[in-house]
Amino acid sequence: MRRYVNRKNVQAKSYHTDRFHQRPQTPKFDPASDEVFAKDLKSLESKFEIKDAYIEVNQLVVIIDPKDNVAVLTHLRDKCDYTFLSEMSAIDYLAEDGEFEIFYQLLAMKKRKRMRVKCRIKEKQAIETIYDVYKSSDWAEREMYDMFGVIVNNHPYMKRILMPEDWEGHPLLKTYPLQGDEAAQWYEIDKIFGKEYRDVVGPEERDTKRIDPKDTKHFARIGHEVPYGAKPVSKPDEVYEDFQEEDGVFLITRFTKKNQKILNERK
Amino acid sequence: MAQHKVNYLQEGGLPVALTTVDKLVQWGRSNSLWALTYGLACCAIEMMASGASRYDFDRFGTIFRASPRQADVMVVAGTLTKKHAEFIRRLYDQMAEPKWVISMGSCANTGGMFNTYATVQGCDRVIPVDIYLPGCAPRPETLQYAVMMLQKKIRRESAFQKLKPKRLV
Repeated sequence: MRRYVNRKNVQAKSYHTDRFHQRPQTPKFDPASDEVFAKDLKSLESKFEIKDAYIEVNQLVVIIDPKDNVAVLTHLRDKCDYTFLSEMSAIDYLAEDGEFEIFYQLLAMKKRKRMRVKCRIKEKQAIETIYDVYKSSDWAEREMYDMFGVIVNNHPYMKRILMPEDWEGHPLLKTYPLQGDEAAQWYEIDKIFGKEYRDVVGPEERDTKRIDPKDTKHFARIGHEVPYGAKPVSKPDEVYEDFQEEDGVFLITRFTKKNQKILNERK
Repeated sequence: MAQHKVNYLQEGGLPVALTTVDKLVQWGRSNSLWALTYGLACCAIEMMASGASRYDFDRFGTIFRASPRQADVMVVAGTLTKKHAEFIRRLYDQMAEPKWVISMGSCANTGGMFNTYATVQGCDRVIPVDIYLPGCAPRPETLQYAVMMLQKKIRRESAFQKLKPKRLV
């Protein structure tokens, strides 16, 4: 017999626990199987320490020491034609290993090949900027700092790029709550009105299904027809629905069924 | 020596209409609602469509203005992020009284599908809202209906109201 699983509210969960579930893995191949990649890897290995290298989904993946990142990328750009940094960011592996994984996604237009350079850094460890190698890393490194808190040394303008500058925390960390910590939940109130205004506005309403006929200050129910903050109408269930003033407007006559004319023949 | 006696109060007499100052002023106000161009996300596309010739907001007297100082209505069209919250408050404060706000679409009403850390959960947390317009995104007809409902609301209000205290950011 199958083990009982409570399926109630299963849609609301963003994950599921299945003891037979296996993470899908893409197969990894030896870099020697591709001529171009084998050549690139050889030229890298002659100069730098390569921790691991494999081909995954037709892309060469090279894992290096984080101290070598500028030298390796300069070498790849100048000697191996990887002239284009299409993406770079970090991955949060703090829970598993206490480390961030930094990846640089490269493209060689001449060879029509893509490769990825990876390195791992500890939680508080900084990494050197590659702005002098690829200019496109400017905003990507700022975003990495903004979202993960990875500090990049010698970056020309190391500031947050997406979140406001006085934001607390780094939202893409796995420890960051989806609906925000306390500072995030009260951010706009604290900034605009001040902290003492928290009691007046009240906490955020996260339940979009909530209906409150007595609340006339928020989007609580559709159909209330009273001004902001006034007392609700006596008949809360009465739906207010019409399109013009009852007595009509100037120069416009109301069309009723009485006024209608049915033509038997086309004129 | 009057040849005919004219009864001015009868039909066809002197063109006199009696009304109140409130009605007259608010009739004028409600028929020239100049809206602030305030598109924040995809609802802005529908707002622009309502302003363009097919749906034609001009026939309601609604003309989009690019300055808060010339606008009467703020149509919050789209997702309000927390980074942007202080600017919506500042723009609202810069609008001259009397002013009204239409919150357009789910995101502006309640945060909508963005139940996350970076979205303001309803723009009514920051500015007072007169009309909530549901939809994702609401069609231009519904925005027109919202403007008509706002016109109706304005016509019911009294013309001379106490000014709300301003809170400049």
